Amino acid sequence: MFTEADLDAIWLTLRLATTVTLLLLIIGTPIAWWLARTDSWLKGPIGAVVALPLVLPPTVLGFYMLIAMGPNGVIGQLTQQLGIGLLPFSFWGLVLASVVYSLPFVVQPIQNAMQALGDRPMEVAATLRAGPWQRFFCVVLPLSKPGFITAAILGFAHTVGEFGVVLMIGGNIPQETRVVSVQIYDYVEAMEYGQAHVLSALMVGFSFIVLLGVYGFQRQSAGMLGVKS
Amino acid sequence: MMSESAPKIHAQFHLTRQSKGLEPFELKVSTELPSQGVTAIFGHSGSGKTTFLRCVAGLERAQSGYLEVQGQIWQGPKQFLPTHQRPLGYVFQESSLFDHLTAMGNLKFAIKRAAAPTTTEAFERIVSLMGIESILMRYPNQLSGGERQRVAIARALLIQPRILLMDEPLASLDSARKQEILPYLAKLRSSLDIPILYVSHSVDEIAQLADHVVVLESGHMVAQGALSEVFARTDLKALSGFDTGAVWQGEVAERDAPWHLSKVACGQASLWVRDAGDPVGSAMRLRILARDVSLSRSVNDESSIVNRLPVSILEITPDQDEAMVLIRLQCAEQILLARLTKRSLDTMQLAVGQSLWAQIKSVAIVR
Repeated sequence: MFTEADLDAIWLTLRLATTVTLLLLIIGTPIAWWLARTDSWLKGPIGAVVALPLVLPPTVLGFYMLIAMGPNGVIGQLTQQLGIGLLPFSFWGLVLASVVYSLPFVVQPIQNAMQALGDRPMEVAATLRAGPWQRFFCVVLPLSKPGFITAAILGFAHTVGEFGVVLMIGGNIPQETRVVSVQIYDYVEAMEYGQAHVLSALMVGFSFIVLLGVYGFQRQSAGMLGVKS
Repeated sequence: MMSESAPKIHAQFHLTRQSKGLEPFELKVSTELPSQGVTAIFGHSGSGKTTFLRCVAGLERAQSGYLEVQGQIWQGPKQFLPTHQRPLGYVFQESSLFDHLTAMGNLKFAIKRAAAPTTTEAFERIVSLMGIESILMRYPNQLSGGERQRVAIARALLIQPRILLMDEPLASLDSARKQEILPYLAKLRSSLDIPILYVSHSVDEIAQLADHVVVLESGHMVAQGALSEVFARTDLKALSGFDTGAVWQGEVAERDAPWHLSKVACGQASLWVRDAGDPVGSAMRLRILARDVSLSRSVNDESSIVNRLPVSILEITPDQDEAMVLIRLQCAEQILLARLTKRSLDTMQLAVGQSLWAQIKSVAIVR
């Protein structure tokens, strides 16, 4: 059913989405925490920057990322100095662009979960001799778990479904940047609708199951936090 | 009865708060509190009583303040000990258990961070004091409001605090649940040797639990002293109303078993109350509501009233209710309050200094 190129694309897509999701959970958590707690005037601007990928066409984001990662761009100069070379048209370039592109999908659920906690659990923990770090790791993180699970699922799924940014940054290099969505595009260009059908159906099925999982999980955790039945 | 030893809690806070759309709030309190027994911080909502407690805990920071608890400075001109470094236990108004942990998990959270290792005996003593042995494996959402509060109190004790702060621990419960928890709180006060600061707006709770009372009105302290002293005052807005009444401390002097009555001696004055099974010599706290006290010129021993005491009028103050007056009476060494209509005051031509008989319709044993 799947050609070798298809399997390569599927494997690459999974590898990309996993890497991006892990990085996003690490980067997104402090951003979400800051946005959830701060009273600073910067909250608005920073929140808007984080949310930009929600509204920007992927091509715009991809275009700027391409410039930034290019030989004269800020990121490009940095990576060259570090001896990594240039990122465009490489797996790690794709990872970097995807992290930016999927950031709001991870930050916002975590931020909402942390905001919903309010100050009280932190205060309670403080009266139980827990210092700031313990309060964060032993109270805030476990209590925000539903937000983290939603964030991870959405971040993963959104990275799997990305196309425009990949095309701008990654191009179409087998095993390096040719993900499933690009592979489907190739099939359509080449009029191989049968193969395009197989991969597209796979994506539809995957997306449906993911969303089903998210909604099911949200309903379950809402019930968990509700009043005693 | 608590002895008035040297106060060991010095608290002085000045805090102003201006929030959008709300009246500016000022808390300005300077007081010394006893380092033993239960001190009630009493006031209506908005009086600043919870803010005061939060300042003691360090959850809120007064712009200027000084706080010394048992010789340790928690807040000074240049220092502010963060909450997690203060050896205190805190019970919040509503359920404050961590939802992701079982009751036991919540207790362990405290045990892990306590000042010293918790012995099995200490653990079992606290768990049985709060009566939560059978619910330790449940999650907070599987517990009733009263059970959650009992677990929260046990958790606050397991941190081995040097002072226990309680912010209206019963306010979020319905009256049946309150009655369920009150006995546990009463046990707590008699078995703990650390001071308890107990914030409440309920005269009933305070009459039952407190030894010492601080009364706050719109951010300022208007009275403080021993419970019976403060409750005998008629000039406090917060205390006057339907529930106004004196609190007497005494001990069982005699039991009349056939009639199920006990005689409680409060100094020279004594009262007959329903026998609650307490042996002769046990301490009793009685509450005599001003509305249950009437005055008469003669002994009037043909009435059904059991308790008649000779009194003299100390002071007559108008009540908040226009039809009523509050009268402070001296009864041996005790103070008694009576609430009468202005018309009775006029027809009986009552005046300060007169000697009369007080007829007490009912006496509540509060402990």
